Amino acid sequence: MEKRATFSNRYLPYALLAPQILVTLIFFYWPAAQAIRQSFMLEDAFGLSSDFVWFENYVALFKDPSYYQTLWTTFVFSGSVAFLSLSVALLLAVMADAEIRGATAYRTFLIWPYAVAPAVAGVLWIFMLDPSLGMVARGLKSLGLDWNPRLNGTHALTQVVLASAWKQISYNFLFFLAGLQAIPRSVIEAAAIDGARAWRRFWTITLPLLSPTTFFLLVVNIVYAFFDTFGTIDTMTQGGPAKATETLVYKVYSDGRLGGDLGGSAAQSVILMIIVIGLTAVQFRFVERRVTY
Amino acid sequence: MRLTRIAAFAAALGYAGTASAQTEIQWWHAMTGGNNEVVVKLAQEFNASQTDYKVVPSYKGSYPDAMNAGIAAFRAGNAPHILQVFEVGTATMMSARGAVKPVYQLMAEAGEAFDPKAYLPAITGYYSTAKGEMLSFPFNSSSMVMWINKDALKKAGLNADQPPKTWPEVFEAAKKLKAAGHATCGFSNAWATWAHIEQFSAWHNLPLSTKANGLDGFDTVLQFNGPTQVKHLENLVELQKQKVYDYSGRTNSGEGRFTSGECPIFLTSSGFYGNVKGNAKFDWAAVPMPYYPEVQGAPQNSIIGGASLWVMGGKSAAEYKGIAKFFAFLSNTDRQAKLHQESGYLPITRAAYEKVKASGFYEKNPSFQTALIELTGKEPTENSRGLRLGNMVQLRDMWSEELEAALAGQKTPKAALDAAVTRGNALLRQFERTAGR
Amino acid sequence: MVERKGALARILPHLVLLTGVAIVAFPVYLALIGATHESSVIANGQMPLTPGGAALDSYYRAIVIGPSRTTREPVGTMLLNSFTMAMLIAVGKIAISLLSAFAVVYFRFPFRKAAFWMIFITLMLPVEVRIYPTYKVAADLGLLDTMAGLTLPLIASATATLLFRQFFMTVPDELVEASKIDGAGPMKFFFDTLLPLSRTNMAALFVILFIYGWNQYLWPLLITTRDDMQTIVIGIKKMIVTSDAITEWQIVMATAVLAMLPPVLIVIVMQKLFVRGLVETEK
Repeated sequence: MEKRATFSNRYLPYALLAPQILVTLIFFYWPAAQAIRQSFMLEDAFGLSSDFVWFENYVALFKDPSYYQTLWTTFVFSGSVAFLSLSVALLLAVMADAEIRGATAYRTFLIWPYAVAPAVAGVLWIFMLDPSLGMVARGLKSLGLDWNPRLNGTHALTQVVLASAWKQISYNFLFFLAGLQAIPRSVIEAAAIDGARAWRRFWTITLPLLSPTTFFLLVVNIVYAFFDTFGTIDTMTQGGPAKATETLVYKVYSDGRLGGDLGGSAAQSVILMIIVIGLTAVQFRFVERRVTY
Repeated sequence: MRLTRIAAFAAALGYAGTASAQTEIQWWHAMTGGNNEVVVKLAQEFNASQTDYKVVPSYKGSYPDAMNAGIAAFRAGNAPHILQVFEVGTATMMSARGAVKPVYQLMAEAGEAFDPKAYLPAITGYYSTAKGEMLSFPFNSSSMVMWINKDALKKAGLNADQPPKTWPEVFEAAKKLKAAGHATCGFSNAWATWAHIEQFSAWHNLPLSTKANGLDGFDTVLQFNGPTQVKHLENLVELQKQKVYDYSGRTNSGEGRFTSGECPIFLTSSGFYGNVKGNAKFDWAAVPMPYYPEVQGAPQNSIIGGASLWVMGGKSAAEYKGIAKFFAFLSNTDRQAKLHQESGYLPITRAAYEKVKASGFYEKNPSFQTALIELTGKEPTENSRGLRLGNMVQLRDMWSEELEAALAGQKTPKAALDAAVTRGNALLRQFERTAGR
Repeated sequence: MVERKGALARILPHLVLLTGVAIVAFPVYLALIGATHESSVIANGQMPLTPGGAALDSYYRAIVIGPSRTTREPVGTMLLNSFTMAMLIAVGKIAISLLSAFAVVYFRFPFRKAAFWMIFITLMLPVEVRIYPTYKVAADLGLLDTMAGLTLPLIASATATLLFRQFFMTVPDELVEASKIDGAGPMKFFFDTLLPLSRTNMAALFVILFIYGWNQYLWPLLITTRDDMQTIVIGIKKMIVTSDAITEWQIVMATAVLAMLPPVLIVIVMQKLFVRGLVETEK
């Protein structure tokens, strides 16, 4: 859709666009070009010498089993975060929806973790789960569980998932509650007259009606787990033990750290950018529909 | 904003005139706890001793963090004047010609009195070229020692004055300690690879890699997957299952487990002294690292740890002059002797060592000499002179991953060490290609 | 109601919700408690669930002095830096997005589509993905350790541009016509008509973007080297990476509480705007 009523001016629109375009060119397109260039180079830590090595960095990456391990970790991690935070949020939203009177009050008490920085969330959870001083860790140990995230990859991944999912519950809760409250009462009540039980009603009517919201939230949660959890991982596990909590984004950072493997890190950046642009293109239809009505 | 703050500060002290004339020397470091205080105090003393230069210490996080920050800042043309780099970063810094200013050159150009022979060769050798030219200034040197909680040993019915000497003895003691109430941790260590790969190999006179552990060339090949190292890791894996041994992470972030009393036997740096003294509420001692008695020649000698100060390139002559003055200030005999006794790090000059020895300090505090004895007890061999591997920080991460995989039971000890060697060699070859040109 | 509810059915939602609230709040409760105890009590794993007496000391030391074993940088400065950064990012994003959306919607000019797409492509490309090259660019431009370097790369916003574009499309054409009849130019229309209409949208977006700016982690971690440029989120991280010391947990927790307080307060106080902003940005 286009506006019919417009202004005409030869230079003004360019001037208006200039700040946004400039920032985008300098801090998106130029670095992206740099990443591509760097991904073909082999360089020492201090940037004193560099060699053009064609696709060597990419070949090394695809030959490296740890890259696939990281890919897998990323999927398991994002899947778990999405599943955990979505299901808890849905449960809470259904309960809040059933009790319309208290809903807004409960909402206030549930939405604030959204505002907590991922890195701070990591610190809060490490304070509970550190095997030496954490209160929850001590509880787990007294229950006979050998809680040891320093060494046990599953434990380490679990604690990162918990901290990340915790932060995302508020966002999901908000959207689920809005989605639930948009479902016409009459539909539910009609089903109730038919004698459908609450549990069955939820599965056969509420959930299907919520599916657009659920799908949207799934995408948002996965994007969140991919990119926004860097701070959580960095404060809790730094990707360890034995790479058990290393996601793709974390690997870009840690491989380029100390200038150790800047070429390899750049190659990973390029691959990630391609994936992200691909995802955006897929989402395009969805977004464009919203944009133009 | 910064300018006004400095101006306000200077005005408050009443010498607005001289403040602007000072040359600022940025010193990035990674010292925490008691040693952080030592750094700050040294800078204050130096700044008070003269008016031309001002050393500004700045904490940059852990050793790898500080090194990372320094390298990133150099690439961005924004390097500090002095960068504290831990011993494993030495090869990376050495290969960066143009990025660093060798200390022997710095001192000569600045005209500061500097006699390389005044320094302890066991320490400076590590930071010098084959010709004996000192490249970086040893600041805090240490070695790995075994810290023991004497009260806990006594409670477990062990003789605290005859602490375990060999690994089998340590294992036995740890089992008794576990039975006596240390359920989560009989013994442990910080710096996992330093303890069980690097120091372990030198201490048992086993090669870590060819070419004298890399000292004789970057074309070195790792070979620490020998039977002794594998057997040691097998023992640890077995004990980890029972929590007689409990892993405490790759760096020294787990050191609090000793001072809190959780782990009564703990291998880590001799530089841990300041924190033990400040935080441990029990009787303690630092004793030599354990060894396997059946290994020929063990114990050999230990290798050096800690960190040195690198001077970054591309600074002005006036700034270099100030840095040289600061290094001369640090080398002062009384100051070195005091530093050694306060921090537990080793004295770096002969004069300071002799002075402390003559004062009878070691008789009263035998723990202080442990690291020195370990380092100088025997004439070093090809396997124990030290090590110089490129990308060592990344190598350590790689090796730690493999140790963690073995301790978690995902890999056999043999497979883990084999993988550590194979993966490490690939990284060494990459370093060889980019370095030294 | 058709269905008659039993006592259990009436209490159950409250029970579940209260449990949910308790679980969600528990980590923060522990942080509040942690800030009131001595570090040795915490380090030995003996922290009780009730407050201790060291609260004043912890907050005083965090804000005014900073942890004595590591950074020594008082949190007060960090709070100011975080606030400045978050404000600049939020206001900057809104300003440049308003302008570009205005250009795209109300003008016809060559390369209009191209410009729109150029912005649109960056929609989902967070700075984390191209972190080192962006760092290099910022360094080449001499932006390290500056507020500009801290904020500029985060200021471009496809999301906000799309949002304002969408909103401008709903503004009735008659307003443009009326403005033209009055003889007003485009900028007068922008300031006198469009901006007042966008006020609620701007406020809602501001809440979201302020939180986004405040919570930034990786970019400030790389780009700031000077202690007096540190933000509070980075400050916390540096406090826990203590190599050979016992972490001063009471100060870390006091700092964590201080780091959470401003964004959490904004969410709670401006709840309506926050919800609206979330729903509208929808990423």
